[in-house]
Amino acid sequence: MAETNKVLDVAGVSKRFGANEVLSDVSLQVDKGETVCVLGPSGSGKSTLLRCINWLERPDAGQIYLNGERVGINNAGIVMGDRDLSKIRTRIGMVFQHFALWPHLTVLQNLMEAPVQVQRRPKAEVRDEALALLAKVGLSEKCDAFPARLSGGQKQRVGVARALAMRPDLLLFDEPTSALDPELVGEVLVVMRELAHEGMTMVIVTHEMAFARDAATRVLFLDRGKAVETGSPEKFFSNPETERARQFIQRYAGDVAGGRR
Amino acid sequence: MIHDFGIVWSERSLLLSGLANTAILSALSAIAALLLGFLVTPALMSKRPAIFGLARLFVDGMRCVPFLLFAYIIYYGLPSLGLRLDNWSSGLAALIIYNTAYMAEILRGAWAVQPREPIEAGIAFGFSELKLFRRIILPPLLLSAGPVIGNQMIQIVKDSAFLTIIALPELTHAASSIQSRHYIPFAAFITAVFLYWGLCLVIEAGISSIGRVAEARR
Ligand SMILES: Nc1ncnc2c1ncn2[C@@H]1O[C@H](COP(=O)(O)OP(=O)(O)OP(=O)(O)O)[C@@H](O)[C@H]1O
Ligand SMILES: [Mg+2]
Repeated sequence: MAETNKVLDVAGVSKRFGANEVLSDVSLQVDKGETVCVLGPSGSGKSTLLRCINWLERPDAGQIYLNGERVGINNAGIVMGDRDLSKIRTRIGMVFQHFALWPHLTVLQNLMEAPVQVQRRPKAEVRDEALALLAKVGLSEKCDAFPARLSGGQKQRVGVARALAMRPDLLLFDEPTSALDPELVGEVLVVMRELAHEGMTMVIVTHEMAFARDAATRVLFLDRGKAVETGSPEKFFSNPETERARQFIQRYAGDVAGGRR
Repeated sequence: MIHDFGIVWSERSLLLSGLANTAILSALSAIAALLLGFLVTPALMSKRPAIFGLARLFVDGMRCVPFLLFAYIIYYGLPSLGLRLDNWSSGLAALIIYNTAYMAEILRGAWAVQPREPIEAGIAFGFSELKLFRRIILPPLLLSAGPVIGNQMIQIVKDSAFLTIIALPELTHAASSIQSRHYIPFAAFITAVFLYWGLCLVIEAGISSIGRVAEARR
């Protein structure tokens, strides 16, 4: 496995909550530099899949590898302790639907908190990098503001910069624009497109079909916990294999055809 | 009347040591109650019925007992069970145990309304255990609970006056010994009232500075 440039390998992951089978035997491989968009109706298990990848949720079956290294289970075959898990988690950045910024810290402190406290990198270096990231997402002048003083779009750009500040191998996005007012969605998508161009490896759960169509290298369609289809966005949107996917696309057709943004 | 306050002035060292004792007693028990509150709060939120039930019983029980009665039980009642504490230990223990219940309830309330996502983000970013608690969970919790904790501290200051009945040399005790020595109840007690008021002003100032810090983040 080490010789490939596979960053993420999700192999046959299943997860149930009580009697509710939320993921069944889902597999997904992501190469370095890929942008994979995960699509699917509400409740199909998209968030659960992301949360299994960094073990916020513990899968019932299957394996997850990050750069060839098993996530959640150590070499001895037992569940990792907090310390090992935390080391792996710092290599997986996550961007949340409701931003999940730390309210007691300024924007700059939000970016520096995990690199300094968890990764134990030198403060001065982290600070320089954080300032550069804030410039990149266009928020240099907000570095001393508290999250509560920002608009939704600004909060989410901070959310993206905070994830990047850990220098992750992989970025996970869970509906990063769903909580935003329509006029603020664009500014976040711009940042995500830029990352895709730069070759950041990303798995993005989204309902922004236009974005998925032109920014994704691949889409994964989840339905009732099953990975029903995966392939290039061109093929998925123009010629889906399954009836479920066809219905799903139809429902969002206006979004794609209209090229909303 | 001026003469009476002159007598109080001549006894100032007694009053000041009473004030100092009240301050020490209140500060120590507030800190200890807050720390113990942090231990009881998870029990109050536990999904296990036995743990939850015990914690709930303790908290609700304490909150329905008059503090004076509780202090009596600790100082006069426990010796008949074979546990004899001096007046300082009894007073402190009574204040701490009693207020742990209040602090736990305050923290539980603040904890329950904290948004879940920032904590999840902390875990996703590699924070765990103590560091997660200290860096991610605790600061917003203290900011939002700060004013209520401050009010409870004022309550503690006032409750500590009851400990005069177990001869603990705090402020009320100092005032009543001055009055009984010189028969100047008005001057002695009104002076004590003003000193309590000063103590509360200090706490109020603390509360409002926490409030300002929290406001900037809201
Ligand atoms: N912690 C949990 N406990 C019990 N059930 C859960 C839990 N988390 C998710 N579920 C259930 O799992 C199913 C899938 O949820 P999930 O959040 O992964 O879906 P989703 O595809 O992200 O949906 P949405 O588009 O609405 O965000 C849902 O039926 C949900 O109710
Ligand atoms: Mg979801």
